Amino acid sequence: MTTSTAPVTTTGDPVLEATGVIMRFGGLTAVNNVDLTVNSGEIVGLIGPNGAGKTTFFNCLTGLYVPTEGTVKYKGTVLPPKPHLVTQAGIARTFQNIRLFANMTVLENVLVGRHSRTKEGLLSAVLRGPKYKRAEAESREKAMGLLEFAGLADKADHLARNLPYGEQRKLEIARALASEPGLLLLDEPTAGMNPQETRAAEELVFAIRDRGIAILVIEHDMRFIFNLCDRTAVLVQGQKIVEGDRETVQSDERVITAYLGAPLEGTAEAPAAADADADAIADAPADLPAEAAADPVEEADAEPAAEASTASATSTTGTEDEK
Amino acid sequence: MNQLPQQLANGLILGALYGLVAIGYTMVYGIVQLINFAHGEIFMVGGFGALTAFLALPGGTTLWIAIPLMLVAGILVSVLVAIGAERFAYRPLRTAPRLAPLITAIGLSIALQQLVFSFYPDAKKARVFPQIPGSPFNIAGMTIQRSDLFLIVAAPVCMLALGWFVTKTRSGRAMQATSQDPDTAKLMGIDTDRIIVMAFAIGAAFAAVAAVAYGLRTGQIDWHMGFVLGLKAFTAAVLGGIGNIYGAMLGGLVLGLAEGLATAYIQHVPGMQLFGGGAWKDVWAFVLLIVVLLVRPQGLLGERVADRA
Repeated sequence: MTTSTAPVTTTGDPVLEATGVIMRFGGLTAVNNVDLTVNSGEIVGLIGPNGAGKTTFFNCLTGLYVPTEGTVKYKGTVLPPKPHLVTQAGIARTFQNIRLFANMTVLENVLVGRHSRTKEGLLSAVLRGPKYKRAEAESREKAMGLLEFAGLADKADHLARNLPYGEQRKLEIARALASEPGLLLLDEPTAGMNPQETRAAEELVFAIRDRGIAILVIEHDMRFIFNLCDRTAVLVQGQKIVEGDRETVQSDERVITAYLGAPLEGTAEAPAAADADADAIADAPADLPAEAAADPVEEADAEPAAEASTASATSTTGTEDEK
Repeated sequence: MNQLPQQLANGLILGALYGLVAIGYTMVYGIVQLINFAHGEIFMVGGFGALTAFLALPGGTTLWIAIPLMLVAGILVSVLVAIGAERFAYRPLRTAPRLAPLITAIGLSIALQQLVFSFYPDAKKARVFPQIPGSPFNIAGMTIQRSDLFLIVAAPVCMLALGWFVTKTRSGRAMQATSQDPDTAKLMGIDTDRIIVMAFAIGAAFAAVAAVAYGLRTGQIDWHMGFVLGLKAFTAAVLGGIGNIYGAMLGGLVLGLAEGLATAYIQHVPGMQLFGGGAWKDVWAFVLLIVVLLVRPQGLLGERVADRA
């Protein structure tokens, strides 16, 4: 709480430039013409009701999805459409629902995260030459350093699945940092955390920023977002409706409408958005199929599959009900 | 006369052979959830690769030189065929429903058998495979053929090397990560396509080692030797818990021992005289599989995992 939110670093060159990103699944437009820039030293927030397309947008940035239209540039170069090359380039991410390698130890998880920053000739590994030993020792040292940073050093040998929830979240962040990224994407890092854990997560995010890593974060916890972020973009039904600092976002009529519903004209989207704000599953439009299905963009709002999972495009296409 | 030690030895040797081939099934399944029914034929072509190398050597070459060269040639052929199969038959079907690659594997299996049958010289009948000459060893009531020495050395070496590779190297960790969650592994910077090729290649190399051992042991190889052995190895992989490399080896050993002991002892059980001997050993192997799966559906060392849809 006491940490200053004033811009410590003067924001520099753009790290991430997404221009005109459109993601369609069949007739459904999950992300519609979104522009977003993240500069070095910045923490940028991305908010919006459930099903707004935030995670889909993340998937476009990391190469899990190839955007239908638009380009994503990292430090001035267009990103290759393969996830492992995106990681190689310098973008790392965490997941909305924790996706650790559950049957590996905490340390091994971080070592896997270092994959793209280590080289190993198969031959030198088989011969166990000095080069292999040195590389392996250095990797372990760096991984331990990251575990210390995340406060998990004493649990290095535990299996990831045995960690309590909050620590699994921290481990995901440590693993993402292991790839030495220039940009870190956090997808709901405080989901399911209690208030103390959330405060600790804030400190951790600031500490990561101070390491010179730009951060783009999806969150539903508004306090968390406004404490952390230099700028916040609001995504509703796949479109960016506002971007700016806390005051700009909080006072914007459209944001209030999206989250709380329009007063009086209780149309179809009002109950849906209110539901989303309550962090419930966005199944409201399923109850109101006539109104919701009228507009394909609105369907995007009712599409939890596109938002919640990284499943292939085929499985998200044309499903209107919940997965 | 006590024939127990001899049956144990036979069972373990046969089991090690099953285990080596089972590794290929289990590694590929663990990473791409594909039962590669062509793996028995990967094993078979490895045997023919080794035989080709032997025939190309000048007559009278000592086996100390011939066997390593045969091994290299067998591994080369098996690995190339496996990588080719992955690249051209399975990879295009990676996102297809699971039945499609399964049927492809069966088709590939038949195609490989027929290719060898039709085009390898004199492959329409069994081809003679070299033997390690010399009289068998007699140790503690067991008679062990010299040719089996190859397998007795090779199987543990292969297993230890694989165990070390998977747990201690960067590529091995990447392999574990890919088998647990391929999408996340990609986002860790792992080229999962490369890891999949690696899994196919390692499985194929082990199959080729097994094929050389099989040839040395039986003295001959033929174009359909991969079918029954592949089926047994697949059984071993399931018995041990498919996806688990130590399970594959354990499953192989258990299956081999069960066959050996059933061959020798079932006929002495009152009322079971008809069901003993070599003719029924395959039946007892599958009875064992069914019994184990009834008690432990995930196999001996397998873990119960939620099905990834």
